[in-house]
Amino acid sequence: MTRSLHRRSIIQIGVAVVAAATLVACSSSSSDGTSSTTSAAGTAPAATSPATASTAAAPTSTAGSSDASSPAATSAAPTDNGGATDTGVTADEILLGTTQPLTGPAAPGYSKISAAMNAYFEFANEAGGVNGRKVTLKVVDDGYNPAKTATLTRQLVLQDKVFALVGALGTPTHTAVLDFIKQNKVPDLFVSSGSRSWNQADKYPTTFGWQVDYTVEGKILGDYIKKNFAGKKVCSFGQNDDFGKDGVEGVELTLGAGSLVDKQNYTPTNTNVGPQIGALQAAGCEVVVSFTVPGFTALALGTAAQLKFAPQWVISNVGADIPTLTGFLKEATGPLLEGAVSDNYLPGSADTSNSWIKLFKTVNEKYNDNAPFDGNVVYGMAIAYTTLQVLAAAGPNLTRESVIEAVQKGGYTGPGLVSFRYSATDHSGYAGTQINVVKNGVATPTGPVYTTDDGTAPLTEYTEQQPEAPANGLPE
Amino acid sequence: MATTETTRPAATAAVSTRRQSWSTLVRHLALLAGGVVVVLLITGWFDDFANYQLATLGAYICAVAGLTLLTGTSGQISLGHGALMAIGGYTVALLQNQFADHGVTGLWVLPLSLLAGTVATALFGAAFGVAAARLRGPYLAGATLALGVALPSITSHFEVFQGDQGLFVPFDPPPAGLGDDFSLEHWQAWVSLGAALITLFLLANLQSSAVGRHMRAVRDDEIAASLAGLSVPRTQILAFTISSAAAGLGGGVFAFVLQTASPGSFGLVLSLTLLSAVIIGGLGSLTGAVLGSVIVVYLGTWLTDWIDGLGLDAGWAQNLHDHLPNATYGLLLILVMLLLPGGLAGLLRRIPRPRSPRRPRVGRPDPPDQPAAADQPVPPTAPPAPTTPPPGGQA
Repeated sequence: MTRSLHRRSIIQIGVAVVAAATLVACSSSSSDGTSSTTSAAGTAPAATSPATASTAAAPTSTAGSSDASSPAATSAAPTDNGGATDTGVTADEILLGTTQPLTGPAAPGYSKISAAMNAYFEFANEAGGVNGRKVTLKVVDDGYNPAKTATLTRQLVLQDKVFALVGALGTPTHTAVLDFIKQNKVPDLFVSSGSRSWNQADKYPTTFGWQVDYTVEGKILGDYIKKNFAGKKVCSFGQNDDFGKDGVEGVELTLGAGSLVDKQNYTPTNTNVGPQIGALQAAGCEVVVSFTVPGFTALALGTAAQLKFAPQWVISNVGADIPTLTGFLKEATGPLLEGAVSDNYLPGSADTSNSWIKLFKTVNEKYNDNAPFDGNVVYGMAIAYTTLQVLAAAGPNLTRESVIEAVQKGGYTGPGLVSFRYSATDHSGYAGTQINVVKNGVATPTGPVYTTDDGTAPLTEYTEQQPEAPANGLPE
Repeated sequence: MATTETTRPAATAAVSTRRQSWSTLVRHLALLAGGVVVVLLITGWFDDFANYQLATLGAYICAVAGLTLLTGTSGQISLGHGALMAIGGYTVALLQNQFADHGVTGLWVLPLSLLAGTVATALFGAAFGVAAARLRGPYLAGATLALGVALPSITSHFEVFQGDQGLFVPFDPPPAGLGDDFSLEHWQAWVSLGAALITLFLLANLQSSAVGRHMRAVRDDEIAASLAGLSVPRTQILAFTISSAAAGLGGGVFAFVLQTASPGSFGLVLSLTLLSAVIIGGLGSLTGAVLGSVIVVYLGTWLTDWIDGLGLDAGWAQNLHDHLPNATYGLLLILVMLLLPGGLAGLLRRIPRPRSPRRPRVGRPDPPDQPAAADQPVPPTAPPAPTTPPPGGQA
């Protein structure tokens, strides 16, 4: 009797589990449904590139040995351990790791970044690599879930023994692993997020930001609002973490505390933004500053259109890439985005006259399966270029300390429209950004490039010209 | 008349139970000591990442052991244990942040936080248990499912929990006395597995005590149990409270190991994973709780390593990485339910033991007849006494 009871309860529980699992599967597949096209397109190249990078090992090492007469290679040879200068560095390879949202709410658009990084490293490896070593990037998918990032970052550092983390993506995800990274003294280069958390040189000495931080961005966007939409009711719509918080704080630094009529937030795991957009409409907002990832920019624009709410949108550059948004909004993109204000610290993907865009397009065709060329590809390749710059500057005797010193030395120029702020005390990235306005479906740069700090300093015009891309695509 | 007849055997049973409970306690203490030795040896031998995985395992064991008590021993289902872990996790995170902000350090800080997380979750579990004790079958499943879905979402709506980003969990480095080479992961594995061993020890004693017997009586036949003088709701609420406490400790340990408490750590998938671990391991069995936790924590890693070892081309490997662990997991769950109702622990029990003929136990029923309850040695002599006689007498 007890036995049959057990059977029955086991079956009941089993049915319940299966039912619940189906529920979860349905909800996750429906949320994937919105993103399926872009994320599928993004994951495929990400998957293929590491393998092609490792199959490229043979040609690269021969390239390295034929290059042995170069001073870099000869000076690398006599070091101890056959060229292994630190964890993750051998005579012919530098192993890097990164956590990326290849699936989940931030995957649309962002899943293409690591593929572009890998493509650029592969291109560099075929040209001889860095000081005779090829660069290999191990990409792991955290689904934009901080709990997964915690485990995967440990896997990269403790199990795969990477030399450094590069371009780990996401504010909520990467915030969770800062202490672990500090404890293990791993260089944490160029976090793909504009949170100010990366800029804490005394607290997290090995962590560096790369893109313009959200507060600086917010100040510059706020300045544009002040000059062009004076007297209008300004509101904000932001992600409910440091991304949204830092950005809104920047806007308020320019417009004044309490100047925002309404502030709404969203959670990346909840795709219903109807209540928030409705609240913005009810508050009579005329200008909405949006600190959103691309998926939620699209949700906000779409929901507002359904509610017949048409404010002036001012969108953070991380959520304003037009090709990415077109993946969501399709033919509605043009009318919905026309006139929207955003900013960029990199040349726009549509700016084919720019030497860097020309270079990245060539690399994209040859090494990235000719993926649709958008802001994410430019971003990935630009971050890869900065990585190559600092690895080269750290010298042939590459160690974790030497690469951190190299970043702190600063003075790097490249695809960015502005300079970096790197120094021993400043670990934030690009110093400023340039406003652009969508005209006829193209993000058109408007006005000067501004730089500022994340405090109360005024905006300063940046006048230096962007350098031309090197002919061979590699930093000298 | 019937009562006078039944009291005498019950009294003798109580005496023998008391004598046996001493030997049970000694046996459990011996197992605990053995467990400590094994943990010390394994963590010393493993590298940092393996120790980190062990630390994760410890958190799972706490929660799964609690859930197996609830579902296997007391007969209540919970699809919301992940949410209970969240209460423990967030309590530990908030407390550790308070301690860190006020510069409070010391070896007692972390255990205090973990204890607070356990108590907070137990209190919540007691309150929820009152509602749960009124619900049966699918209604209970539905209510706990709602808990599992709702609680993590609540964290998005209050500033203090910092949304999806979650709370950072600061804690003191390992005690300096352990040496400079003693890694953080080694320390995390010690704390986590220590918590798991304590949980297992306490729950094993509970299962072989009168309380455990009451729970099994309520599980097997509520009417019979209440006729025997047991309060069914009280027993069920107690089971829910104890199970919640274990889940809270597991959640606290989980937050300590991940160094973060975020809604993503405690989602619905975690709740379902815990229940799967209970079923795969074997309902009601603590050995099964350990085995089931090992499966859910390591299966993905084993499969990933196996796929990497195959030398497939990258596209295929990525496909397998994405889908094989989930598919295997589902298949395993189905196979266990069909072929091994007693789970892995039941499978272990089928292996004949060489020493059993030397120490025959009087009155012990054939183990396979009691797939869930036979894990502990005490019940077999006593269990027929409180539960089955009354209905039999009536008939």
